Amino acid sequence: MTTVLRRVAPQLLTLVAVIMLVSIYFPSFWQIVYVNERLVGIPIDVIKRGAPVALLAIGMTLVIATRGIDLSVGAVMAICGASAAWSIDQGFGLWAALGIALVAGLICGLWNGLLVAVFDIQPIVATLILMVAGRGIAQLITGGTILTFDNDAFSYLGSGTLLGVPVPAVIWVLTGIGFGLLVRRTALGLLVESIGVNLRASTLTGINSRVLLIAVYMGSGFCAALAGIIATADIRGADANNAGLWLELDAILAVVIGGNSLLGGRFSILASILGAMIIQTINTGILLAGFPSEFNLVIKAVLVIIILVLQSPRVLPQLAYLWRGRRDRSQRPKQSQTSQQNAGTETKT
Amino acid sequence: MLKRTLMASVAVFTFAAGAGHAQTIGFSQIGSESGWRAAETTVTMQEAENRGIDLRFSDAQQRQENQIAALRSFIAQGVDAILLAPVVATGWDSVLEEAAEAEIPVVLLDRMVDSDPDLYLTAVGSDLVHEGRVAGEWLVEAVDGADCRVVELQGTTGSSPAIDRKNGFEQGIAGADNIEIVRSQTGDFTRTRGKEVMESFLQAENGGADICALYAHNDDMAVGAIQAIKEAGLNPGQDILVVSIDAVPDIFQALAAGEANATVELTPNMAGPAFDALEAYFADGTMPEKFIQTESRLYTQADDPAGEYEARKDLGY
Amino acid sequence: MLLSTRDLTKTFPGTRALDAVSFDLKAGEVHALLGENGAGKSTLIKCLTGAYRRDSGDILFEGQPIFPQSTLEAQAIGIGTVYQEVNLLPNLTVAENLTLGHQPRRLGMIRSRAMNAQADEMLSGYGIDIDVRRTLDQYSVAVQQIVAIARAVHLSGRVLILDEPTASLDAREVQMLFDVVRDLRARGLGIIFISHFLDQVFEISDRLTILRNGRHIATCPAAEVDRMQLITLMLGHELQQETATRARPVADGKDAIRFSGVGRRGRIAPFDLTVHKGEVIGMAGLLGSGRTESAEVLFGAAPSDSGTVEDSDGPVDLRNPRAAIAAGFAFAPEDRKTDGIIAELSVRENIILALQARRGWSRPIPQAEQIRMADDYIARLDIRTPDAEKPVGLLSGGNQQKVILARWLATNPRFLILDEPTRGIDVGAHAEILRLIEDVVAQGMSILVISSELDELVAVSHRVIVVRDRQHVSQLTGEDVTTDTIVRAIAAPDLTPEATT
Ligand SMILES: Nc1ncnc2c1ncn2[C@@H]1O[C@H](COP(=O)(O)OP(=O)(O)OP(=O)(O)O)[C@@H](O)[C@H]1O
Ligand SMILES: [Mg+2]
Repeated sequence: MTTVLRRVAPQLLTLVAVIMLVSIYFPSFWQIVYVNERLVGIPIDVIKRGAPVALLAIGMTLVIATRGIDLSVGAVMAICGASAAWSIDQGFGLWAALGIALVAGLICGLWNGLLVAVFDIQPIVATLILMVAGRGIAQLITGGTILTFDNDAFSYLGSGTLLGVPVPAVIWVLTGIGFGLLVRRTALGLLVESIGVNLRASTLTGINSRVLLIAVYMGSGFCAALAGIIATADIRGADANNAGLWLELDAILAVVIGGNSLLGGRFSILASILGAMIIQTINTGILLAGFPSEFNLVIKAVLVIIILVLQSPRVLPQLAYLWRGRRDRSQRPKQSQTSQQNAGTETKT
Repeated sequence: MLKRTLMASVAVFTFAAGAGHAQTIGFSQIGSESGWRAAETTVTMQEAENRGIDLRFSDAQQRQENQIAALRSFIAQGVDAILLAPVVATGWDSVLEEAAEAEIPVVLLDRMVDSDPDLYLTAVGSDLVHEGRVAGEWLVEAVDGADCRVVELQGTTGSSPAIDRKNGFEQGIAGADNIEIVRSQTGDFTRTRGKEVMESFLQAENGGADICALYAHNDDMAVGAIQAIKEAGLNPGQDILVVSIDAVPDIFQALAAGEANATVELTPNMAGPAFDALEAYFADGTMPEKFIQTESRLYTQADDPAGEYEARKDLGY
Repeated sequence: MLLSTRDLTKTFPGTRALDAVSFDLKAGEVHALLGENGAGKSTLIKCLTGAYRRDSGDILFEGQPIFPQSTLEAQAIGIGTVYQEVNLLPNLTVAENLTLGHQPRRLGMIRSRAMNAQADEMLSGYGIDIDVRRTLDQYSVAVQQIVAIARAVHLSGRVLILDEPTASLDAREVQMLFDVVRDLRARGLGIIFISHFLDQVFEISDRLTILRNGRHIATCPAAEVDRMQLITLMLGHELQQETATRARPVADGKDAIRFSGVGRRGRIAPFDLTVHKGEVIGMAGLLGSGRTESAEVLFGAAPSDSGTVEDSDGPVDLRNPRAAIAAGFAFAPEDRKTDGIIAELSVRENIILALQARRGWSRPIPQAEQIRMADDYIARLDIRTPDAEKPVGLLSGGNQQKVILARWLATNPRFLILDEPTRGIDVGAHAEILRLIEDVVAQGMSILVISSELDELVAVSHRVIVVRDRQHVSQLTGEDVTTDTIVRAIAAPDLTPEATT
């Protein structure tokens, strides 16, 4: 537990700092009220709106841990959202719609995984294919329109509440816990980290890296499917053009803010989720602050750069060293006097 | 000068060959990136069929080179006229010159190009500023002097519809001191963002109690925002007035349900006026205006929204 | 003094890698730096070259304090380094590698003729005659090392540091390298030489400095100590004498694994091999002769495209490493950095990894069990690490090798393939590993050892297979297993033992 805390401490501190920053503009940040059987307040907005990126970040963390990247998640969201809306539209009902959407996500992941693991295509290129083609596929499913539907059970997944908490938040929390347990209570996490650090050595150690890679991309597809379902249920319609647009970048950013290396290896799903919440707090904060829209991206970029620079393991020691180096040089004469103490052990024969 | 003569000779030639025969017209469409675009395609085809025109359709999938290739092929086929919905504004000079040399008139739909106006017959489009103004004027009338704090959902930051519709709306409410835009944020023309941003408006404005009206630069954002208002426990259309632009089918459902109050139509029927102009031009060489503005009609709950929905729902929006 | 350190100290979390080390290098000498695995040799070098930042102490170059912040800066000052792993760019030409960063240019364009001429000039005097326009990877590791030295000398010119440069060279190549080193010494360079091969140390060095646990233990002229004294200084105690009694192989053939006609086109010609229970098979040959290729075929890392494998239970599936491991095989590869360690993972995780992979992802080894296993092997193999949670990449080279051995021993294999198991391992650990081999063999494990150190092969093997030109050319058994016979079998086709006796 303490090791987990130590791992995510930078992200927690960052989140607190960002929240404090938002509170400056919006002092009643923590005001949460209970109306209409739902909790209402800014934190609630954050955990609800952050759901797609948080979900994507869960899958993306694993992919990145294998030294890969999944650029297709935004498009997969669109495909899965479209599949779900189409199923509802066809009258298949809630469960069939969910099943079809999740299977669609798994198939997309399988496709990516096969390209990466079996055909040895670089992940960035392999997933780019679906990133580009995916929206076209989604368009085909929706017939080029925003496919709207009327199904309260399905909409509940996007805008309902469970004990006052938005259902999307419940979904990502459960998914996060599920994936967390899956990788840490089994050996999956270790094996994934291993192939991320050194694929060749891992294969020689007997790890079934091919199957593992495919599974990881399928996991990412599954998370994207959940995110797509939420996005679709939220607006009661599948928008093939815009569902999940650019979210792959936010998901990657969340993983990076979570302190996970793009070079693979050690990963923390919890830290990535915190990264997603940091990003969402910034997004929500920008909306609340009421700056002109032109500043949105600039403010976000500046904050992200500050966060990444401060989290960089090099910056602080570097500054410390530079400072010390200067002092060393100026104090030179004093230091060389202590250089005798080891002379006794010298055995000059 | 040369071009002008060319145009004139086109007129003479087609006038001779012209009217009465079934015409062949090529239509180079950008793609189907939005519902409105799809509806434009459908309506154009319907209009062509009603008039007995043989329409050659080409979908460019958002790529200018596809459009140029399509235009060249239309020219090679010797069509009587070309409709072009250009994906970008620049880079059309040479292919338009080729069309002019082949004496084929070109009508631009919905978007403009940066080329010499002599290279095309006319352009049919909507006036985005005017649309915003219509929406603003409606609001002035609807609140009738009462104080009104408005939140605005902008289109994609920096895009011309977002800029023009914002300016138009501000012109529309210019005289009314009782109306004030208190918050304005981009919703990227999408439902998701419209809903998300509306949630933050509600949050920031006392749970929505301080908001009197919502102006959205397109209907999609309005539809998303309506859901946000409902989820916040308010009644869209009553507690918060909703006015938006485009007149897509879904907003008519909201109008019918009393959840939206007004929408300004951006008609997908750009082809109708275009065909009219071409007809007149072929009939007696009438040169149309260089810009034909389509009507920006206002629809409210009183305009049989249910019926309008039925009429539009199969257009491909 | 050309280069000296005063009270150099460097601490890593849990380890004091250098503890007030003072060290002097004169111009025109070869100074050997000796010590056990993890003694701090590489750390000292890295502080000198700016790769690490020292905690305290001084580095003096010709009496002037210096503060190199990077290897580039150190080069500019005059300190050049060649590491064990050649870190040049294999797919650039020799000339490009030599001149990289300072190519002759005109108007921003590289002038290749001038560049090649300059490269030829840089290599002159090194006694190698190669085409600088060919890519580096077309030449042997020894030539690559010399190219690296030429580059370092050219750029720096005063101090040359060689960190285990001979680890992957054969005897002839070592001599080639030493000729170069002697020549440079004559030209007045100060040379620091790190190696675990004591014979080489005595052959080339003028003075020795011994480190132990990050401390400076002794500095003396090489002529004034003998091998045993040196080992005692390094270990801090006397080396226990090897009690090499070769276990008898169980030759009844009952539990034997029989490979017949296995091979892989373009890599190793088909060969037969029968591995008996409790037997140590040595494999000798020059670099690139097909030893590693044989091992990869036997382990399924580069699966055989012909022949059959059988044991008493029937055919053995060696489609891939996984299958081989399931069949009770294990393989500690030659290149531990790229094929062996998972650098970022902890010592514990590296040790349990193969066993975990065999159990499958759904049956994790309980944490307590993992810790027990890790601690057990850390103690048994004397792995120098502050604790089992240290990332293995931060261990010294020799200790990484021990972790890989531990990984395979943990799977309790029946057939263990060791490709250069003692490379980069200090004398003490060397003896321990040989003892370990004896131990596990006594318990019935079969082992294939590939090694360039013939003494070691002779000491442990029941029989030795000699590989030449990608073929298994002969097999030596019993009395024939001596360094002499092996050398002759490696050297020339007409000098096989049969021909000479
Ligand atoms: N970057 C690092 N971080 C943490 N510990 C380190 C790091 N580099 C070296 N060490 C530790 O410092 C000690 C000295 O290591 P060093 O590499 O200098 O040994 P060495 O004498 O070169 O050994 P070998 O003969 O095995 O190469 C070891 O205990 C090692 O684990
Ligand atoms: Mg070392």
